[in-house]
Amino acid sequence: MQWEIVVGLEVHTQLSTSSKIFSGSSTAFGAAPNTQANAVDIALPGVLPVLNRGAVERAIQLGLAINAHISRRSVFARKNYFYPDLPKGYQISQMELPVVEGGSLTIQVGETEKTIRITRAHLEEDAGKSMHGDFHGMTGIDLNRAGTPLLEIVSEPDMRGSAEAVAYAKTLHSLVVWLGICDGNMQEGSFRCDANVSVRPMGSTELGTRCEIKNLNSFRFLERAIEYEARRQIEINEDGGTIRQETRLYDPDRDETRTMRSKEDAHDYRYFPDPDLLPLVISEEWIERTRAAMPELPVAMRERFIGQYAIPAYDAGVLTGSKATAVYFEQLVAAVGGEAKLCANWIMGELSAALNRHELDIAQSPVGVAQLAMLIRRIGDGTLSGKLAKEVFEALWQGEGEVDAIIDARGLKQVSDVGAIEAMVDQVLAANPNQVAEYRAGKEKMFGYLIGQAMKAMKGKANPQQLNEILLRKLS
Amino acid sequence: MINTSLKQLAALLGEKKISSVELTQVYLDRIATLNPELNAFITLNEAVSLADARAADARIAAGNAAPLTGIPLAHKDIFCADGWRTTCGSRMLENFIAPYDAHVVSQCKAAGMVTLGKTNMDEFAMGSSNETSYYGAVKNPWDKRAVPGGSSGGSAAAVAARLAPVATGTDTGGSIRQPAALTGITGLKPTYGVVSRYGMIAFASSLDQAGPMAKSAEDCALLMNVMAGYDERDSTSLERPAEDYTRDLDRPLAGLRIGLPREYFAEGLSADVAAAVDAALAEYRKLGATTVDISLPNTKLSIPVYYVLAPAEASSNLSRFDGVRYGYRAPEYGDLTDMYEKSRAQGFGTEVKRRIMIGTYVLSHGYYDAYYMQAQKIRRLIAQDFAEAFRQCDIIMGPTSPDTAFDFGDKSGDPVAMYLSDIYTIAVNLAGLPGMSVPCGTGSNGRPVGLQLIGNYFSEAKMLGVAHQYQLATDWHTRMPENI
Amino acid sequence: MSLTLQDVKRVATLARIAVTDDEAVAYQQQLNGIFGLIAEMQAVDTAGVEPMSHAQELSQRLRDDLVTETDQHEKFQTIAPQVEGGLYLVPQVIE
Repeated sequence: MQWEIVVGLEVHTQLSTSSKIFSGSSTAFGAAPNTQANAVDIALPGVLPVLNRGAVERAIQLGLAINAHISRRSVFARKNYFYPDLPKGYQISQMELPVVEGGSLTIQVGETEKTIRITRAHLEEDAGKSMHGDFHGMTGIDLNRAGTPLLEIVSEPDMRGSAEAVAYAKTLHSLVVWLGICDGNMQEGSFRCDANVSVRPMGSTELGTRCEIKNLNSFRFLERAIEYEARRQIEINEDGGTIRQETRLYDPDRDETRTMRSKEDAHDYRYFPDPDLLPLVISEEWIERTRAAMPELPVAMRERFIGQYAIPAYDAGVLTGSKATAVYFEQLVAAVGGEAKLCANWIMGELSAALNRHELDIAQSPVGVAQLAMLIRRIGDGTLSGKLAKEVFEALWQGEGEVDAIIDARGLKQVSDVGAIEAMVDQVLAANPNQVAEYRAGKEKMFGYLIGQAMKAMKGKANPQQLNEILLRKLS
Repeated sequence: MINTSLKQLAALLGEKKISSVELTQVYLDRIATLNPELNAFITLNEAVSLADARAADARIAAGNAAPLTGIPLAHKDIFCADGWRTTCGSRMLENFIAPYDAHVVSQCKAAGMVTLGKTNMDEFAMGSSNETSYYGAVKNPWDKRAVPGGSSGGSAAAVAARLAPVATGTDTGGSIRQPAALTGITGLKPTYGVVSRYGMIAFASSLDQAGPMAKSAEDCALLMNVMAGYDERDSTSLERPAEDYTRDLDRPLAGLRIGLPREYFAEGLSADVAAAVDAALAEYRKLGATTVDISLPNTKLSIPVYYVLAPAEASSNLSRFDGVRYGYRAPEYGDLTDMYEKSRAQGFGTEVKRRIMIGTYVLSHGYYDAYYMQAQKIRRLIAQDFAEAFRQCDIIMGPTSPDTAFDFGDKSGDPVAMYLSDIYTIAVNLAGLPGMSVPCGTGSNGRPVGLQLIGNYFSEAKMLGVAHQYQLATDWHTRMPENI
Repeated sequence: MSLTLQDVKRVATLARIAVTDDEAVAYQQQLNGIFGLIAEMQAVDTAGVEPMSHAQELSQRLRDDLVTETDQHEKFQTIAPQVEGGLYLVPQVIE
């Protein structure tokens, strides 16, 4: 039987506020244990929460970016369960009335576009961390992370398979980073996915029993966990078994999922409105103020790039994949004074290849906008051939100085002197009488060979266009 | 000295006729003599109290005293006070030294008041008799066979026995008013949100409110001036301009319309209490007030509603007591769940566990709508009853408690009977209104009777004035128990 | 309605309170008494009534996003049952 894999994602994004959602403790990552856990965070008796405006502001931004409804009135609820990293014995979250409802995100898988519906996004607090080090067989609890604001973004089960799930997660990741509401650092847990996975016979419209896989903190783990889990469920179905709805944990070392024991009896969270917090009311005015201050969004920017710079849709899509890339592109075109397609090619080609090789973000690129712009100008004005420009780029990357200095030092300047090129072409023709004869007899391929010989003789520095014209003239 | 009003004490301190250290010592000595039997205090720390007093004397000498600088007070042991053991009447917090000050405590400190100690209470404020305290019940100074009421029974007994000139209390379903009534003192539960809950160990967050307990309405007004005020750390604290709660003390009562809810004078009210309340109402008429019959039709429902909402909130509020970061941890346990279950089973007393279980049940899957949601809806009906009533009257009066103080053991085995004794006080918390209890007589057993005053939102100053005018005309509030 | 012994044990587990069988029986009796009291509420017609969560019809006040706290973990941990290296220790957590 053919099976269809159905995936919905719940993504926990840590919001980029300086202080926690309900206290004035710092949210900075990596501090010594419990040094950023104040009286509220460790839930001393008598302490009370007060909501951080910055967290709400970021939720509004996300809502606007995905064309969702921003609830004018939302309510915080307590989700009750016992766990040592949850100091109050409940998590403050939103249940019935979340801050963001509806919305969607368009993803691209290969050549196809697909729209994934978003159910809701709600504000909540993060828990602390359990450290399973060597504490005489005990577990250590660090509450620095407790109370860090999270926006949990829940999708509909609209994805079919791991590739779509990963594409959705990546698109959402780049959006929240683009908006600046989340630093996107997955290693530090700033962007964590829970995947709801089920399978059904191809063609069926009913959803199968789902399992929730918790805490997938890399796109690769997300992909592999979904694939493993789908295989597991398909095998159970094919063996005539029944899938049990449960929470599972992905083990990257073994590349498998397993039942999460700590969640087994946690089905009854006893949600109720938190009496310590009043309803969150968001005014129209606040929403409009936020909208006005929003950066241009990737989709809008992509359309603008196509129109303004006359570049292909594919290029515009790649260049708006991250805000930093888009900014780099626009600055580059401005510095060059045109040549948008050439600029796009350089960013998508040499620059991104080099960045990938060195695992760097474009913001960390050793080749700055001004340098790359000069390089492109030198191609435009005939100083550099495209081929030699790559050599200059490599030298720029290595920090060997500015473009013109590198060209001079390495003697890479293109020869555009007609006399010099003609002289060289004459030499080549004289040295290759057979090939010339063959060309004249109709073997056009020989033209390329002769060009190659001429270029080689000129150490690659001949202006290719001029060389072409001169050779044609001499052969006719 | 021990029967002197706060106003007079402040004058004596200001004129340097007495020092705060001397005044504090008077009370510490009385506590040393009487507390072993009354058990009104859980924790004392003479050295700290006297250090507070010396600081107050220095402040007075420097000429920058506030109105209550140098006056000693007792804090209910529900308020966290930095460096003070804060038990909330529970074994769970037997060794809990609070690492910070509650807003109420810091307000009192800033005013230069002297902390005499932490007063006994029903465990986590769950009780109406003080019998649920892990530290043993407080005895009623009027009759040691009788309960002092609860949950602020320690503060009530301390003021009644003159072990403290004033005290703080908290009231979730009557925990200031009922013990005030049962011990013959004056207590005020303010409008919800007027006094910050920050640092007050939560029982039922949407109902809890702190207030003053004192010998008189005037003293309550002076302590309210210190306790009340906006606190940005409490999301439910109300941002209102500061008030002088003494401003209406001298306002005459002519034209005051007193509403008498017929449900508060119906079956279940003892004859003793009815007689004392009637006499007080007669006095009010003499002072120029008129009375009007009103109805609060949902009064009876306030008990079931309260016993759904308060335990539900409590079950969640008390989840933080898990033996991980502070508080009691069982000496022996197996795995994590066993550690939780044993620590909580041993650290909490029976009544607390009972209420946690009620609350857990009503919030659990499948029961939420039938219990919690339904209770919240009826809560609105109860609040609407009061809104309707205040169209016909300026203040509501009736008994605080159906009977005078009962004996130890009378109701401790029967939670339902105990809960029913809160019938007149609970609705006020559900509506979030201010309520007071003022002594107005004694029963045939010699035990005090309290008159309850219920005002509209933010009418504390007016209520204090209404009570003060009565106290100018009567002397119930000046009587103190003999042969303590 | 009344609670079964099984209900009582389930609730005790959810609330993380150890109960012996004898205690469970006692709780069952008391809780049923209390739920008898609470049952009065069920007959009330509350159609169209908005639930009341707070005494005042106000909205949540918001705090500016500022770090206002300093490290106090040493003070806080003097009252902790078991700590090591700044961490609170608990019996091993199994995920």
